[in-house]
Amino acid sequence: MSNLTVANIERTPGGARVDLVLVAEMVERGVKVLDVGCGDGELLRLLSESRGVDGRGIEISREGVNECVAKGLAVIQGDADTDLADYPDDAFDYVILSQTLQATRNPRVVLEHMLRIGRRAIVSFPNFGHWQVRLQLLFAGHMPRTDILPYSWYNTPNIHHCTIKDFRELCTEVGVKMEKAVALNAWGSPLRLNAPWWFWNLFGEQAVFLLSRRRDGGQATPK
Amino acid sequence: MVDVKASSPQEAAGVPSDADLPRDSELAKFGPDKPLKLDAGVELSPFQIAYKTYGTLNAERSNAVLVCHALTGDQHVANLHPVTKKQGWWETLVGPGKPIDTERYFVICPNVVGGCMGTTGPASTNPKTGKPWGLEFPVITIRDMVRAQAMLLDHLGIKQLFAAAGGSMGGMQVLQWAASYPERVFAALPIACATRHSAQNIAFHEVGRQAIMADPEWRGGRYHLEGTNPRRGLAVARMGAHITYLSDAALHRKFGRKFQDRENPTFSFDADFEVESYLRHQGISFVERFDANSYLYLTRAMDYFDLAADSGGVLANAFKASPTRFCLISFTSDWLFPTSESRAVVHALNAASARVSFAEIVTDKGHDAFLLDEPEMFGIVRGFLDGARKARGLPDKTS
Repeated sequence: MSNLTVANIERTPGGARVDLVLVAEMVERGVKVLDVGCGDGELLRLLSESRGVDGRGIEISREGVNECVAKGLAVIQGDADTDLADYPDDAFDYVILSQTLQATRNPRVVLEHMLRIGRRAIVSFPNFGHWQVRLQLLFAGHMPRTDILPYSWYNTPNIHHCTIKDFRELCTEVGVKMEKAVALNAWGSPLRLNAPWWFWNLFGEQAVFLLSRRRDGGQATPK
Repeated sequence: MVDVKASSPQEAAGVPSDADLPRDSELAKFGPDKPLKLDAGVELSPFQIAYKTYGTLNAERSNAVLVCHALTGDQHVANLHPVTKKQGWWETLVGPGKPIDTERYFVICPNVVGGCMGTTGPASTNPKTGKPWGLEFPVITIRDMVRAQAMLLDHLGIKQLFAAAGGSMGGMQVLQWAASYPERVFAALPIACATRHSAQNIAFHEVGRQAIMADPEWRGGRYHLEGTNPRRGLAVARMGAHITYLSDAALHRKFGRKFQDRENPTFSFDADFEVESYLRHQGISFVERFDANSYLYLTRAMDYFDLAADSGGVLANAFKASPTRFCLISFTSDWLFPTSESRAVVHALNAASARVSFAEIVTDKGHDAFLLDEPEMFGIVRGFLDGARKARGLPDKTS
């Protein structure tokens, strides 16, 4: 999925998207990473430059793929919903799904594949439980449109919105371990770490989760 | 060593003598001490390889790029062709400042074994008889072609290629290179190709071969000796094959139902339509530069190609632990080597954990697109090679 699924995310003074910097900081140096839905390759490039990782990407849009390959990135055209099944177990240290979960047809299967292919998974997504979203639906009575969710209901690629609370429940159901979670407010700053989950779910505009398999060596098996 | 006199039997038959003494090419000769071991179980010896080089090999011998030609291509990738006087078949991609930049890379393009532009093939003189090989020439495979190219690299003192690139049958050679000599290929660029020839592809080739063999001038492959030349058969084979290189949309755009130099149909079997006239021209101009038996042998080599079968039926095993970085390119309107074939290679490479990029380019030009002006392909090739160059630690320009 391309970066068109979300838009207008805050950038650091250096020009990098804050959510991508946050993702990059969760990745150890020199590891092997698969970026699912890598868009124009901004995260892969950031990872290769700042963390020295061996990065690969899958991207659904032809324009995105061709742009990435022309930048020298190892990217193939593919669909998170159908093509992750082709990857062998334990092929990567990290599998990243950046702002793409909500655009997949079967988020649960995608998540399970991610933790089969990689030792760890990083998932970032726009939080549909954010107060702006809630207020728009409650008072204006129409499908919410925000800076990071700029689409109308009829042309959005985002077909499986979820809240931070929903995603945590999915993680429990699938049986993955949440190693780390960060929520960013509308200005791209992380919320207080000791804040309760309901606070994150209300004030986090987007969230980034670092996940691992529940038991060492154990794997999630997609159904 | 092959010792050839200028007045070869081919010339007597009116066939260009480039089969033994290629014009405007380098020659590497391999004597009885260096036979080419063929998949058919026999040895080809002595034999020679005609090739072209462009650019300069650096002191570390690390900037060599092997360009592999397609079925009817040859070593003249980026220079005026000595027979047709046309520009090189990949001059859009290879040359100074081009995506395969001869100011950075030392480009080698050999004529394949079985070809007819100077590398030993069925039109070459059989040293045992002093006459053209004809059908006595052993059947060769894509792997044999690549084995011969590896011998050429040894001859040139090049241990590892920076890159191997090619389209169609050239792409098959690139894939075979990566499978046979993974340590010798840093980057591989197989374009518009597949790891096996489909039944449909074999069927088209068989039609071409039957057209040649049905020409009474073919004489059981002995036309060089009998002073004939199966021009009509070879031309028909080329006409049929040429259709498979184009797309329905491209043919329609180019010719539609337009008449050739006339207002109305002649109610005869003249080339009334522009598309007929075009195909006839393609056929006639092809026989001036190509040997009919060579066409039989090279189409056969493509038919036999099946990398998965060579690896116990599992394609991923052909690329197990491959250190090579790959970039595959396919074209949306290519129905001879459709995107699904490239995607199968990508899946296998993913399963083998190889580093792979894959791009599909939107075009209505069909299989031939890899030879044409496709700016998106140029950008991808350039970007891929730039990335590989940095990873390999090659300097910007050869010093």
